[in-house]
Amino acid sequence: MITARLLSGRMTAWDVAFLLLLLALALVVPLLNLVPGSDSSFHVSSYMVSVLGKYLCYALLALAIDLVWGYCGILSLGHGAFFALGGYAMGMHLMRNIDGRGVYGHPVLPDFMVFLNWDELPWYWLGFDLFPFAMLMVVLVPGALAFLLGWFAFRSRVTGVYLSIVTQAMTFALMLAFFQNDLGFGGSDGLTDFRDLLGVSLTADGMRSSLFAASAIILALAYLACRLIVSSKLGRVLVGVRDAEARLRFLGYRAERFKLAVWTFSAMLAGIAGALYVPQVGIINPGEFAPAKSIEAVVWVAVGGRGFLVGGPIGAVVVNAFKTFFTGNFADYWLFFLGGLFVFVTLFLPQGLFGWARDRLSSRKGGDGG
Amino acid sequence: MTASPSILNLEGVSVSFDGFRALNNLSLQVDRGEMRAIIGPNGAGKTTMMDVITGKTRPDTGTVYFDGRHDLRKLDEAAIAQLGIGRKFQKPTVFENLTVADNVLLALAGERGVFANLFSRRPRTAGDDVDRFLGIARLLQHRNRVAGDLSHGQKQWLEIAMLLAQDPKLLLVDEPVAGMTDAETDQTAELLREIAEVHSVVVVEHDMEFVRRLGVKVTVLHEGSVLAEGSLDHVSRNERVIDVYLGR
Repeated sequence: MITARLLSGRMTAWDVAFLLLLLALALVVPLLNLVPGSDSSFHVSSYMVSVLGKYLCYALLALAIDLVWGYCGILSLGHGAFFALGGYAMGMHLMRNIDGRGVYGHPVLPDFMVFLNWDELPWYWLGFDLFPFAMLMVVLVPGALAFLLGWFAFRSRVTGVYLSIVTQAMTFALMLAFFQNDLGFGGSDGLTDFRDLLGVSLTADGMRSSLFAASAIILALAYLACRLIVSSKLGRVLVGVRDAEARLRFLGYRAERFKLAVWTFSAMLAGIAGALYVPQVGIINPGEFAPAKSIEAVVWVAVGGRGFLVGGPIGAVVVNAFKTFFTGNFADYWLFFLGGLFVFVTLFLPQGLFGWARDRLSSRKGGDGG
Repeated sequence: MTASPSILNLEGVSVSFDGFRALNNLSLQVDRGEMRAIIGPNGAGKTTMMDVITGKTRPDTGTVYFDGRHDLRKLDEAAIAQLGIGRKFQKPTVFENLTVADNVLLALAGERGVFANLFSRRPRTAGDDVDRFLGIARLLQHRNRVAGDLSHGQKQWLEIAMLLAQDPKLLLVDEPVAGMTDAETDQTAELLREIAEVHSVVVVEHDMEFVRRLGVKVTVLHEGSVLAEGSLDHVSRNERVIDVYLGR
């Protein structure tokens, strides 16, 4: 109720359309997966449901990036790290859920620990068998890392390209660390061979559809939260941080606190995206920390349009749909295409696909062209 | 110290950058309710002095007191702004992508915390205050325009409106008429005189004609310290001031 009141008058028609689309997807895709027989032309295969679900996770990651980049001017080249940490937290829960059904059949230890001749679970694996605890870690671990990094970086007034390099270094360092077998997260193989979540097999059709619907609904809720933030007075302060940080300080605002708050929140959203992603793709490994992954996510936002909230999700889905098509047909050319797309959008559509489409529509309606 | 008549008190302030002495044993007092003009050639230390007062630069030596009791050397920019020192920059700096009204809304005295701003109801209740300051700055008809679209002179006024909305005890105004037309300069002088009726103001300016129009006490800075102080007529008869401005 409070949310509804706070949001009244703050949402545009685009917001409503986007939220309705997500709700429709959450209903229709599972229905088309579960009801028609697999020979029906309306049937959506379980594979397709997982692919679409993966896109929604990427969309949530893009939303998180747009919140800090589009509205607060923080260009993060390390959001993949928060995504991966959320994914690992979920992965650890799923590993604990294997419950002695692994190859080695150990009642508690995941296979890779048995393989490494470990006798007991490391302390940081304790508690992950409990779903609520694991979900708490999904937001707390990325949030705590972001808070720590942001605390030092923003207080020391590290901004612009220097901050981007710091975030890039962070995700690279984490990638190297997670490649180590001794760290206890499965080394280069990562975590996989998951069995079930909340007692239901991950390969069951109902499970795939449920994960998809959960992704759509959580994306919608995150979108609402971000809209609430950017349309409040806080949102205007954030734009002030982005455009004239020094000016804002002389008005009495501690710019670093505003950055820290929105940065930490964004990292938590990225963590949730990673946690939704892992059960749908069935694996999490250190490759998710690769700097290129974080940069790719920034390209999604640039392609979709920065600073609208809805642009990030649009870019994530469009680019990844292309990626699925290319890697299936001309895998060698994917990176050329991605690079070309980025250059094209930067040169010809500086406001991204969404900004371009919106301006085209408003000029056709005889508006001022915005 | 609390009964000090001066709103601002600088004693023996020195600041060096890489061996260059930007401020050299500078002492300056501004009285409560006073408007003071600071003039001086380029490199005299005017902007550095503003930086020291607003917490952007820390002095190497000397003391800086506000309102007789606040040691400004120990506070950061945000804390100093919250104490009641407002600053207008030489180059107009407004939030270009926000509307004129939102610029003033951000400046309005009030919440400065993260969560207070997230749940603030002010955007809808502060309209009257915002309009009052826009009215003083003659920008009321522009309230819903994006600030980046304003003319140079209008941006200068918007910044002055923001300063007033902050409700500071002391305003520091750096070259308010730089780049203004004659008509705009006249209006700005009038606006500053109105402001000075209820605030203490320090104006840094190059334009002697403008300073003459303000008709207030003048401090001449040269090489980081005070060269002369008094009425404009008094200081412009000073031999050393003539030397500095006309060259030796």
